Amino acid sequence: MRPLTEEETRVMFEKIAKYEKIMKLAANISGDKLVSLGTCFGKFTKTHKFRLHVTALDYLAPYAKYKVWIKPGAEQSFLYGNHVLKSGLGRITENTSQYQGVVVYSMADIPLGFGVAAKSTQDCRKVDPMAIVVFHQADIGEYVRHEETLT
Amino acid sequence: MGRKLDPTKEKRGPGRKARKQKGAETELVRFLPAVSDENSKRLSSRARKRAAKRRLGSVEAPKTNKSPEAKPLPGKLPKGISAGAVQTAGKKGPQSLFNAPRGKKRPAPGSDEEEEEEDSEEDGMVNHGDLWGSEDDADTVDDYGADSNSEDEEEGEALLPIERAARKQKAREAAAGIQWSEEETEDEEEEKEVTPESGPPKVEEADGGLQINVDEEPFVLPPAGEMEQDAQAPDLQRVHKRIQDIVGILRDFGAQREEGRSRSEYLNRLKKDLAIYYSYGDFLLGKLMDLFPLSELVEFLEANEVPRPVTLRTNTLKTRRRDLAQALINRGVNLDPLGKWSKTGLVVYDSSVPIGATPEYLAGHYMLQGASSMLPVMALAPQEHERILDMCCAPGGKTSYMAQLMKNTGVILANDANAERLKSVVGNLHRLGVTNTIISHYDGRQFPKVVGGFDRVLLDAPCSGTGVISKDPAVKTNKDEKDILRCAHLQKELLLSAIDSVNATSKTGGYLVYCTCSITLQLCFFLRSLSSPHIQVEENEWVVDYALKKRNVRLVPTGLDFGQEGFTRFRERRFHPSLRSTRRFYPHTHNMDGFFIAKFKKFSNSIPQSQTGNSETATPTNVDLPQVIPKSENSSQPAKKAKGAAKTKQQLQKQQHPKKASFQKLNGISKGADSELSTVPSVTKTQASSSFQDSSQPAGKAEGIREPKVTGKLKQRSPKLQSSKKVAFLRQNAPPKGTDTQTPAVLSPSKTQATLKPKDHHQPLGRAKGVEKQQLPEQPFEKAAFQKQNDTPKGPQPPTVSPIRSSRPPPAKRKKSQSRGNSQLLLS
Repeated sequence: MRPLTEEETRVMFEKIAKYEKIMKLAANISGDKLVSLGTCFGKFTKTHKFRLHVTALDYLAPYAKYKVWIKPGAEQSFLYGNHVLKSGLGRITENTSQYQGVVVYSMADIPLGFGVAAKSTQDCRKVDPMAIVVFHQADIGEYVRHEETLT
Repeated sequence: MGRKLDPTKEKRGPGRKARKQKGAETELVRFLPAVSDENSKRLSSRARKRAAKRRLGSVEAPKTNKSPEAKPLPGKLPKGISAGAVQTAGKKGPQSLFNAPRGKKRPAPGSDEEEEEEDSEEDGMVNHGDLWGSEDDADTVDDYGADSNSEDEEEGEALLPIERAARKQKAREAAAGIQWSEEETEDEEEEKEVTPESGPPKVEEADGGLQINVDEEPFVLPPAGEMEQDAQAPDLQRVHKRIQDIVGILRDFGAQREEGRSRSEYLNRLKKDLAIYYSYGDFLLGKLMDLFPLSELVEFLEANEVPRPVTLRTNTLKTRRRDLAQALINRGVNLDPLGKWSKTGLVVYDSSVPIGATPEYLAGHYMLQGASSMLPVMALAPQEHERILDMCCAPGGKTSYMAQLMKNTGVILANDANAERLKSVVGNLHRLGVTNTIISHYDGRQFPKVVGGFDRVLLDAPCSGTGVISKDPAVKTNKDEKDILRCAHLQKELLLSAIDSVNATSKTGGYLVYCTCSITLQLCFFLRSLSSPHIQVEENEWVVDYALKKRNVRLVPTGLDFGQEGFTRFRERRFHPSLRSTRRFYPHTHNMDGFFIAKFKKFSNSIPQSQTGNSETATPTNVDLPQVIPKSENSSQPAKKAKGAAKTKQQLQKQQHPKKASFQKLNGISKGADSELSTVPSVTKTQASSSFQDSSQPAGKAEGIREPKVTGKLKQRSPKLQSSKKVAFLRQNAPPKGTDTQTPAVLSPSKTQATLKPKDHHQPLGRAKGVEKQQLPEQPFEKAAFQKQNDTPKGPQPPTVSPIRSSRPPPAKRKKSQSRGNSQLLLS
């Protein structure tokens, strides 16, 4: 999807270290029977890229430097997997650069998912209402939509 | 999708939308200024009628005029015209046509029958009115004549099929009573005399439940011949009435019964009627009739027709109940806290948004969970930093509840045998932010082998689904004896595995909660697509009872202060009295899915030597009192009587080999006595130290000590018995008596039995009799030596019985179950 920022990488490994105790217990369970352990952050693809899952949202959201808030009307659209348009944009962190990884929030400060800023903050002000400002990458609606493939 | 609130928009065209029911715009038109009427398609007859109905509904509620003549009702004239206009417009919302004079949209249902006449009235009036041209007139003239035809022809007309059906039904019902009774007399000759009689009394009984017809003809049970005929065309109303009648009669059977009819005939008839009315299979209905008294039975069946209210549980890892309730109310959900007993539950009355798809749900703030599913976790009460096993976890509601109670500390191993449902577990746990869980895909019965030593275990066993009939009505008919037994077997195995996975020496735990969502006492395997509760007695109490016998566990109070107590006896079966601490929940009493919960505490990690099926068909040994009684008690030993259990088990094992050479026994007497004697002090000390009620480690130790003795002495009868009796005796009376080995030994089993009996009088009643019968024929096999040994103890017994007796009152029931010799003993 996108390369992890340094901060995200650090956070991720911190969390993983906390699972040690559980991992030891899980060692008893044979590989084919073990379905899940702890929280799945993401998966490595065949080419060794790391794809982040929405299940990592809980951990990454508190550390996000760049955030985007969307209006209540646009929440549903984002949760269905659509990109965020300018008309649905509520707030955006200052000096967000283009193609910066962001965490998408609702106006009530509930983290809704991950995204990539399509335009920098300045550009967002100038662009017309139907333009995409945040590319959708992962959202919590996937818990219901993609239950089968979650992990 | 939603109703269009723009009244200015009209549906035009030949399609169905033009003829559909008029939506909100029709109501709005009442308030909006009338727009000039447009040229629109004329309405169909149906639409016109409906429009007319709508307009005239409130004004014309008491319609008495059924004649199709055109009545010049002043108020109606303008409506009639507008009705015609509406009809000819053929549109959904011709606002011009809906003028102020129009009253309610639709007339009261009572006037439905008159509607047709009214429509024809208006049609006639339209004829008079020249507003819309001759075409309409021609169209409308024939209407009321062709009503029924057009109904069939025009599908999807403005009058919905359901409305047509309702009108037809109403018309039918008006003539119904007479018609049907006529049919009855035609069909069933036997009933000729019955029907006229049953007619009025039924009405009476329905009216004034207690107006029992003293002088008039009481409800007559239809003769047996009618039962088959009913299957042809069951009239549900009649069946329902008959159900009520029969229940009323059975309640006061002596007074209201019909002469010559037995209770079972009434019950049979009731059973058939219930099966017809509620669509149950015979087997399940029979079980339910056994389980509930009649009044409750009808309530239960009614409750199963209605779904339980939707409940949800706040995820305290992410939010608080107050905040969540506020957020959901802002979204338009109507909810309330679940009850005093739950701090995280909310019940949803209705909701304008899908409750399973709100952003709060997706963010993991709450989980949709049945109220009854929250109870086992509350009973289990997992503590922080514990190791918990959830054997059948899908879809993960209970697992996540446990995780939130533990605040994400410790480790939970969530297991399920169904791979499909495990996906939902993964999804749910991730969504709710549960981090301390390992999810695995094993058959629950493999458990202690894979990993064991858990502090607590939760087993929500697969069941017959008899408690969630409201969720899955198929359970009514597709369950039979085989299913229930299969379930029971699986549940027993799972329960034993679960017990073995608990670590009894855990510092904070050692508990196991077993719950099912069926109400039968048996166990049943139900491929559940939803969590299905148990209510059958055979599944639940029976399984629990089985576990108590097989393992070192005992039942403890669940900590739930509401709910019905479990059964300690049911029909011919007797269960352990501690089963009173289990809990049952029913849909009709607690408004939650049927559920059964039992909480066990494991007090020893050792597994008692299992009795191979012989305990049930115990081979009788000799006439010895101690042997007889322990054997009868053996199979019914609860965990609480671990000491007694070990002893009686030993005795039973001895008894299982009645034909072993007696000389061995003779030889073994001295050995046995000596070895027993030597070990007795240590054993008795440990035993004496622990209270009789407590099952604790010493019990385990005692068992361990005894077991080798037992195996060695399998072939010895009386000596073992005597020594074991002695041990028991010594246990009960703290100071060991070493001198008189035989008499105390003989007395002790009786004592043991005496003390055990009060606690465990249920099963011996059933088993002892069987045992005794078996023992009797075997007596001839005994050797003379045995008899001698048996006799001698008996001699000195009577004098010593009384002093011992004074310490414990002999249970009365003991006499029944004891063999001949015993009864003599105790009665002295």
